[in-house]
Amino acid sequence: MARPMIQVIDLHKSFGENHVLRGVNLEVDEGTTTVILGGSGSGKSVLMKHVIGLLRPDRGSVVVEGEPIEELDERELQRVRAKFGMVFQAAALFDSMTVGENVGFPLREHTKLSEAEVRERVRQKLEVVGLRGVEAKFPAELSGGMRKRVGLARALALDPKIVLYDEPTTGLDPITTDYVDDMILEAKRQLGVTSVVISHDIGSAFHVADRIAVLNDGLIAAEGPPDEVRQSRHPFVQRFLSLWFGRA
Amino acid sequence: MSTGGREEAPSAGQAATQEAVEAVESVGRSAIQLVEDVGGIALMGLQTAVWLFRPPYRLKNLVAQLDYIGVGSIFVVGITGLFTGMVFAVQTYHAFSLFDAQGLVGATVALSLSRELAPVFAGLMVTARVGSAIATELGSMRVSEQIDALATMAVDPLQYLVVPRVVACVAMMPVLTMLFDTVGIMGAYLVAVFGMGVDAATFLGRIRTWVDPEDILGGLIKAAVFGLLISLIACYKGYNAKGGAKGVGTATNEAVVMGSVTVLVVDYFLSLLLASFWSTHAARGPG
Repeated sequence: MARPMIQVIDLHKSFGENHVLRGVNLEVDEGTTTVILGGSGSGKSVLMKHVIGLLRPDRGSVVVEGEPIEELDERELQRVRAKFGMVFQAAALFDSMTVGENVGFPLREHTKLSEAEVRERVRQKLEVVGLRGVEAKFPAELSGGMRKRVGLARALALDPKIVLYDEPTTGLDPITTDYVDDMILEAKRQLGVTSVVISHDIGSAFHVADRIAVLNDGLIAAEGPPDEVRQSRHPFVQRFLSLWFGRA
Repeated sequence: MSTGGREEAPSAGQAATQEAVEAVESVGRSAIQLVEDVGGIALMGLQTAVWLFRPPYRLKNLVAQLDYIGVGSIFVVGITGLFTGMVFAVQTYHAFSLFDAQGLVGATVALSLSRELAPVFAGLMVTARVGSAIATELGSMRVSEQIDALATMAVDPLQYLVVPRVVACVAMMPVLTMLFDTVGIMGAYLVAVFGMGVDAATFLGRIRTWVDPEDILGGLIKAAVFGLLISLIACYKGYNAKGGAKGVGTATNEAVVMGSVTVLVVDYFLSLLLASFWSTHAARGPG
């Protein structure tokens, strides 16, 4: 049985009067892909920022490989963050750097590889996401889909154990969405990474997920394998999923 | 009709009350915002000081910022210094000619430049050129999640982005101020000696007589303090920008306004402090 890579325990977070997370509990097993589904403002991004330690909880805990990360100081947190790769919604590539420099950035920061080795590793990671010969281009010269792929290549540069995807298919056309879904599945198949995907794209979620958690109003409304979640009797989950399956 | 009149009277009164409440709220919000900003900037200053001594030392980033802030500002600071010295020479020449003291033009210009004008004007030019660029760059990086991306890659964004900018600004402001001093005095020399007929030896001799090393040193200390404040304000505003392109614009605007006002306000208090320091630690007066 897979061991939990990430455990979210009774997580609460407020911003002023706005109580965004109201006691979230979630487990993500090693080597699986978990999709956190929810509408806008449901607290998905806030939950993800807690998982990687960008936000500290008001109450509760996030445990990564047995370490409660809210108890770590900044230096220890950086060690834990090195286990993660994160793919941002708009890729968040450094626009003053070329694609090669972007993908090589974590390698130059955290390894003692020679320049030739960094270039080779960059080439390999770009190949994993289906890109070749783009190292000298700047992010502004790439399409949205290509930027996402470069973002994933950068996230995979240090061979992380966990990859977080923040709305990976938002704003993409159906063909590119399908390509990004395949990219997520391929990263899991080739590299065995544990993936957490934040999304409101129901079709994409049911395509890539081993488990789905539906977040509503700061709480997990339903959680389990896709088929099980689809059968949920929770009113919000039924309404939310009917938007996709009702039309399909 | 009378009913309508009775309805209008309280609504006009309510509107006036509402306006007064909004005015008070607006003043209160601004005051709270100012306190938050000062606290945030001070905290960022402390964190910058801590990160400054922690490895890895990012020399490449520092050199890039020294080049951008220092070398890149040479032209704008030089041209401002040249014309400030020139116009100041014209004005002081006309004033001093009223009591036949044109020979003091050089000393007056040199004293004013080294004590006040060079650090303040260089500070304002650096705020406009560098402060705006820092706030815009960091603001864009914040709203496009590039700063979050740095953090997720286990790179402290403050150490990577803020430390080199602050160090470079503190280091280059005194250099730019020296440039301003030199070019300003050269401009004044050109106008006074070649344009107005002031004797060159008198112009330079009076500068040697009246300008002490403390005057120049005081200006350079001010410049370093301005460099620290300008860069911290710009970094703070950019680093905490919110809400897309509009947020970046607001951050840039606030960085330039707050930076400029801070230079002028802090200059007054630094002048008092330095004057008091020199008066207790050094014998002053013309040699």
